[in-house]
Amino acid sequence: MTAYVQSTPTGTPPATRELSYAEAIREALRQEMRRDPRVFLLGEDIGVYGGAFGVTGDLVHEFGKERVRDTPISEQAIAGMAIGAAITGLRPVAEIQFSDFITLSADQLVNQAAKMRFMFGGKISVPLVLRTPAGSGTGAAAQHSQSLEAWFAHIPGLKVVVPATPHDAKGLLIAAIRDPNPVIVFEHKLLYRTKGPVPEALYAEPLGQALVRRPGKHLTIIAYSVMVGRALAAAEHIAQEGIDAEVIDVRTLRPLDEATLVASVCKTGRVLIVHEAVRTGGFGGEIAARLAESEAFDFLDAPIRRLAGREVPIPYNRTLERSAVPQVEDIVAAARALAQE
Amino acid sequence: MIELLRQMELIRAFEEMAEQLYVRGLIHGTMHLSIGQEACAVGAIAALEPRDFILSTHRGHGHCIAKGADVRRMMAEFMGKETGYCRGRGGSMHIADVEGGNLGANGIVAGGLPIAAGVGLSLKMQGRREICMAFFGDGAANEGAFHEALNSAAIWRLPIVFFCENNQYAMSMSVREAFPGIDISARAAAYNIPGITIDGNDLLAVYDAVSVAAQRARAGHGPTLIEAKTYRWRGHSKSDRNLYRTQEEIEQWKARDPIARFRRLLIDEGILDAGRAAELTQAVKAEIAEAVAFAEASPEPDPASMEDEVYA
Repeated sequence: MTAYVQSTPTGTPPATRELSYAEAIREALRQEMRRDPRVFLLGEDIGVYGGAFGVTGDLVHEFGKERVRDTPISEQAIAGMAIGAAITGLRPVAEIQFSDFITLSADQLVNQAAKMRFMFGGKISVPLVLRTPAGSGTGAAAQHSQSLEAWFAHIPGLKVVVPATPHDAKGLLIAAIRDPNPVIVFEHKLLYRTKGPVPEALYAEPLGQALVRRPGKHLTIIAYSVMVGRALAAAEHIAQEGIDAEVIDVRTLRPLDEATLVASVCKTGRVLIVHEAVRTGGFGGEIAARLAESEAFDFLDAPIRRLAGREVPIPYNRTLERSAVPQVEDIVAAARALAQE
Repeated sequence: MIELLRQMELIRAFEEMAEQLYVRGLIHGTMHLSIGQEACAVGAIAALEPRDFILSTHRGHGHCIAKGADVRRMMAEFMGKETGYCRGRGGSMHIADVEGGNLGANGIVAGGLPIAAGVGLSLKMQGRREICMAFFGDGAANEGAFHEALNSAAIWRLPIVFFCENNQYAMSMSVREAFPGIDISARAAAYNIPGITIDGNDLLAVYDAVSVAAQRARAGHGPTLIEAKTYRWRGHSKSDRNLYRTQEEIEQWKARDPIARFRRLLIDEGILDAGRAAELTQAVKAEIAEAVAFAEASPEPDPASMEDEVYA
């Protein structure tokens, strides 16, 4: 299904106000914890400290130390305990403080959570959520700035969510919590303080549905997470030059809403895929391949283009860091070149 | 007591049959036999209540049977059949019997320990009466997951029994070389929980130790680390040529067979007579033969349905 507008609850227009991405996530956690006593949080420094990025804030005061559980620095145990709790009746939302540290949880996520249902013949489900801050731009250098989402999108049994807006951060997280499968939510660190309209109501955005953030006719820019905002800014810029770009927010990498991507490329005939992760093995390669295998191939007026992070660990120096991942001007240049091909 | 002997014999007969079927090509992949370790599985699980949970290891056939699994469905799983516990998707290393409280074997050494901590956390948070027992081997005690799980369970006093089957070898790595001259149970001191080393070939010693640990867990006093010293008679898996240990060593441990030992005890105590013991062995063999027949007659899974269990 192609959704050209942000989906909203039916009926009267919902009460919305501006929240930051971090506040929207916290509201999702608060509302789900109030609604469902099975939901609890665990992770490093999420309690009185409020989370390394302030996301969990004061939740410990409302829900107590049992349901907002500070853990030792034990990433494998955090992920494993979320699995154990999930298969015995609870709905854990685990936090890995930086997505880079997910390497320490990888066995539990890749070999345990993802495969358990399948290996056991469909007799169990693993309803856990793992939230983790990803991406560069904070000057935190190579071990605190990576974009590893493609690793996990590669694994059958996992779902991978990459919200770009406060609205989606709330709605997709609620969907993730209610989903009976293990879901990894990559939250971009630079988005935590960005603001946007967020309904007060509880709402779940469907996993596996991309959105057309900006309709256009000359080319399609496919992006996710922090790159959605940059793609939209680039699209506004080139619109002044008469280039009308459609911008699509993928929102979930697995399941992937291939139909929306294909429909857009069939319409525009040109596609630029943008992500912060490095090109080699990045998720853009998957999107490009899916498009090339689809009916969109016959509509292509130019080769599929990718704009990705450079093939380096994220550097410390600010100029180097900025240069390592796509910026608005890079997207402008790439889109302009593509439109002229 | 006789039931405990029957369970040990059932495990032995099941694994000996599985080995034969492997040699005959009816079971593929690899398998990890626990022959010689039966007193650990049976003694430990007998000390639990039926609703308690276990997590098992890649050498978990005994745990699965002792937890009450149907050997017909286990054998069907080994043959990859649709009637198997995992509908042929898991095989011997990934058997689970969720209804029976067996939350799964695990192909990753120590992979179940953090999950067990989560089960314990969940049971405690829900105020439930059940406890969780995590089986693991000596090799797992040198994985980071062991330390993370024990520490978490200890600080929150989770209702868990950590049961280490020290069968002397992590594949070919001897405990003499892999540990700095200590009992594995000594590591409990680092987590301020009780640690005990027992004779894992003595069924009643295992039962007694786990009973104490289970009571402690159920009463809210937290986890215990039990190290049961035992021995696997067979190689690590089907590729093992036993180059790292001597035949003399294997024979010494075979002389300490936990099944023969417990059978002798029951006879000496007048609980069982020789005739009844022989009947028991025959009945177990018949049960295994029936399991093989069931498995052989069972259908193969349909590849068209393969994606159905990836997501709920």
